[in-house]
Formats: sequence, structure tokens, C-alpha cells
Amino acid sequence: MSESDLQPLDGNAAAGLLGEMFWRDMTTATGICAGCGSEGPFAEARLFASAMGSVLRCPHCDNVLLRAARTPRGVWLDMQGFRSLTFTPTPDAN
Amino acid sequence: MTEPPISRGFRSRKPQTEQRDRVPPGQYLTTDFPVLSAGPTPSISVDNWSFALQLGGSLLAKWNWTEFQALPQTDLKTDIHCVTKWSKLDTQWRGVSFDTLLEAAGLSEAPTEYTMLHCDGGYTTNVPVADLKDGMGMVATQYDGLPLAPSHGGPARMLVPHLYFWKSAKWVRRLRFIEKDEAGFWESLGYHIYGDPWREQRYTGD
Amino acid sequence: MTEAQPVAGVPRRLLWSRAEVVSLRDDTPRVRSLTLAVADWPGHLAGQHVDVRLTAEDGYQAQRSYSIASPPEAPLLELTVETISDGEVSPYLTGELRPGDIFELRGPIGGYFVWSERQPGPLVLIGGGSGVVPLMAMLRHRAIAGPTQPALLVYSSRNWDEIIYRDELERLAAADPSLRIVHTLTRAQPQGWQGFRRRVDKAMLEELGVPALASPNLFICGPTPMVETAAQASVELGIDAARIKTERFGPSGG
Repeated sequence: MSESDLQPLDGNAAAGLLGEMFWRDMTTATGICAGCGSEGPFAEARLFASAMGSVLRCPHCDNVLLRAARTPRGVWLDMQGFRSLTFTPTPDAN
Repeated sequence: MTEPPISRGFRSRKPQTEQRDRVPPGQYLTTDFPVLSAGPTPSISVDNWSFALQLGGSLLAKWNWTEFQALPQTDLKTDIHCVTKWSKLDTQWRGVSFDTLLEAAGLSEAPTEYTMLHCDGGYTTNVPVADLKDGMGMVATQYDGLPLAPSHGGPARMLVPHLYFWKSAKWVRRLRFIEKDEAGFWESLGYHIYGDPWREQRYTGD
Repeated sequence: MTEAQPVAGVPRRLLWSRAEVVSLRDDTPRVRSLTLAVADWPGHLAGQHVDVRLTAEDGYQAQRSYSIASPPEAPLLELTVETISDGEVSPYLTGELRPGDIFELRGPIGGYFVWSERQPGPLVLIGGGSGVVPLMAMLRHRAIAGPTQPALLVYSSRNWDEIIYRDELERLAAADPSLRIVHTLTRAQPQGWQGFRRRVDKAMLEELGVPALASPNLFICGPTPMVETAAQASVELGIDAARIKTERFGPSGG
């Protein structure tokens, strides 16, 4: 399978998959990496997406923040690479 | 749930029928070599490369690049099958077989029945010893007569061609013998613990 | 935060909808825009994207993300797609689709890389190749809403013929003295080209007066190396990192 269509390569692109599960936009959340402790917007994390699944990595230390895969039995999600995620209300949601 | 609409003129690529006996169910043939990654492609100089055999946490043997190249090399022509449904026939590899590694480490047989492969970038995958020994698995350093490209796992990748290709871990650095089978990177995320393409073991429960 | 109230661009739940192709427009030899009628489209914000899903007769599916090019005010949804020759979805969208065809999409998606005219501060958009698409949604939205703040688009293309929306950008700039559009052509330039001919860098942003802007909002979209360079340069020029939003794309692994 050739998949060299241009694809978004950061956390912005994980919004679809996560929105499907959480019914909310995750890209505006701020996350702390469990690997190096650095803090940053979810949308700025590096995404490695393939037909097998999506892997989000810390832009500072490459630690795996999140892994997600879709199988016929459902969506599998591992977010243990985040020490925490902070959600603040956006102006548009007020 | 309603059925998704068919996209007129959008086709999946199907295997050519004459190769049907060599293409597992649900797979189609490709002449490309697609690249699938869960992380950035590491750039590792062979000067800093090593490969280790471990039992649990203890070191059994370790080779640097020169030592590894001095081990008896094995050539293998084989078909490979990716869980994302492409298969590629007659791929040509060279590397050091699992049997040779055991012998070079002074082991008459594997100390346990299971292994976990560890790679640069934190990737892991589990393979039973029975699927590595007797010429079934190798650490490959050449593809098609050339040094393995970094995007394809170079300097060295695992090659276990009779299982789905995610088991043939790129950038492999350690083979750790473990007492009980454990799930690796994709296996813990819904992919099959064993991954036999001929039984179409793609996902947990298949 | 009021959870119960539906908000444009923030769907309560992401579901697949049917999109019908209304019309097609060739922007460049490799880029085509699709105008779509989407059932129950909830509205979107400038900068958001959609997921597109194609289904073959045998049930095989392929999914990709594409930025929305149309402003929130437009009655129909526009996607602008660059053809990647060995791609699986883009050649279908740009080559096979005809008016009346139907495929699935879901969205709008993403609340990070978004801009609205209500957001105070000058707007700086930096785009590379088809990374200009979500930035175009912002410029179109800005033109309709009535500009209240200056805006700058720095747009990097390989050559003159690969500039997406070239004529429309010219019209937007001609109609709005507070909008400045700067092209850089990195591979080939037309005869007599006086503009930039290199990739976006710190010196370019400095020359364009970006450091002098008071509290600008920066949106950078394009191939990963371009985004990294432009974002890093902006930080070095003293722009508050919290005001820099980025979106990266490139060939996906397969």
C-alpha cells in the first residue's frame, strides 16, 4: 500500500481519532511529558501515523506520549506517556 | 449504522491470481517496499552500533559492527507480508541467523522459549524462539545486495518473514530471552500476539 | 464553559457525513479544489480540517486528512488537494471525482490551529506549498468579516506556476491595503523576478518587519522542515512562543 499522500504530522491530526472517542477537541489541551517533564500543546506533539496506528511523540525527547490503533474490535488507546493533560476553556466555547 | 457509500472508481489493489499460492488471505502484491514507522528514523553510525543477547536483565553476548560482520553470514530469499495488507515476493536478504548468534554466544540452545526484541526509538516486539531457530529468523544487515537503508531499519533489522512484518523489527539492538510470552509495542495495542499471515492473525482475537 | 451549547467548529460528536461534489476547480497542474455539499454541516472555524474516507466496492477503506479552504461564512465546503503521484487517496480526489459523486467526511476537526477575526493582534501567516490551504481559509474569513488588523502572508512555492490561489490572493491584496502578500519562489523564478528566491528564514521575517509587530498571531503550516525553521526563527525574533501556532504535514508512512 502506498501511503505517500501528504498527511499532517503533528498532534493536530490526531484530533479526529481522539474526537471520535472523547467527544471533545484534544488539540487545545496542554500536556506534560512523562519522559522529560516538558510542557506543551497537544497539537505540537509529533505524529507518526500509519495504517497500523498512530503514535504521538514528545517534540523534545521523542518519548511516546500516546499510541492508538483501530482494530475490528474497537479503538485501543495508551496515553501513559502523558504525566498529565490540562484542558482550559477556549474563548469560542464560552 | 448505514453502510458507507461506495466511492465510484476507487479500488483496492488485489493480488494477481497466478501468485495466489504465495499470497496469504487478504493480502495484495506490491513491487514497492512501503515504509511503516512508529517513530523518527534514527541515524546510527555503525561505529556506535552493537547487538546484544540478554537473559532477562543480564548480558549473554554482545557484538560491535565489525565483530557482527565477521560472524558467518546467511543469504535468504523470501516473501514478506505486512499486516497493512501488502505482500512482496522474492525479497533478498543477508545477515546473521539466530542459530549462528546462539552458537557465537556459546549457547547450545536458547535459555527460554520466548524473546522480546528491543529497538532504537523504544519499539519492541515479541517472537517465540521456535519461530527464530532452525533458520527461521535472522538479524539482517543487507537488502538486495546493499547495506540496509535507515528507512528500512538499517544498520540492522530483525527478519522473521513467516510472521507479519511488524515482527521483523527495524533498528533492532537487543534480543532479550524471556520466560513467558509478553506483548510488544503493537501487540499491546490490539494486534495479534503471534501474527501468522496464513491464519490471518492480524488482531487480538483473530 | 457551557457544555450543552453547540458551538461552530466544536462538534458534540464526530460522525461520518456524506459529501457530494458540486464542482471542481484546477488551481495548479497538481492541485485541485473540490466544492462540496455536506449534509448537516455544523459550521467550522478558519484553519480546521476534515477526515476523508473512501470505500471501495469490496469494502476496502482509505482515510486521509485535508484542510478546509473555505471560510466559515461560505455556504459550501471547499477542500484543496495536492496530487501526490504515488498516493492512494489524493490521485482519486483530484483525478477521478466528478460532480455528483459522493464520499464520506467527518469534521470539522481541530481547535488549535484556528483563527477568527475576533482574535486581537496583527495576523502573520507563513505557508509552504499546499500548507497555504488553512491559511487561505483565514484570509477569506478575514476579507468577509472586514479586516480590523494588518495581515501578512509569506508564501513559499517551488515556482510561479505552483502558487495555489495566485489570482485570488492578488485580488485580496488589491482590495485591502492592510493585507500584504509576499511570495518566495525556491526552485525557479520567472524572468525579471524581484522577490525572494529562498526558503523562509529568519532574515526574511526580519526584513518583512515581523519583529516590529505588536503581539502578532502567527500561523505556520507546511512541510515539517519549513515549519520548524519558521517557528524557530520567529521565537529568535522575540515572538512569544504561545502566539505561534503550527501545523506540519508531509508524506505519511505506510
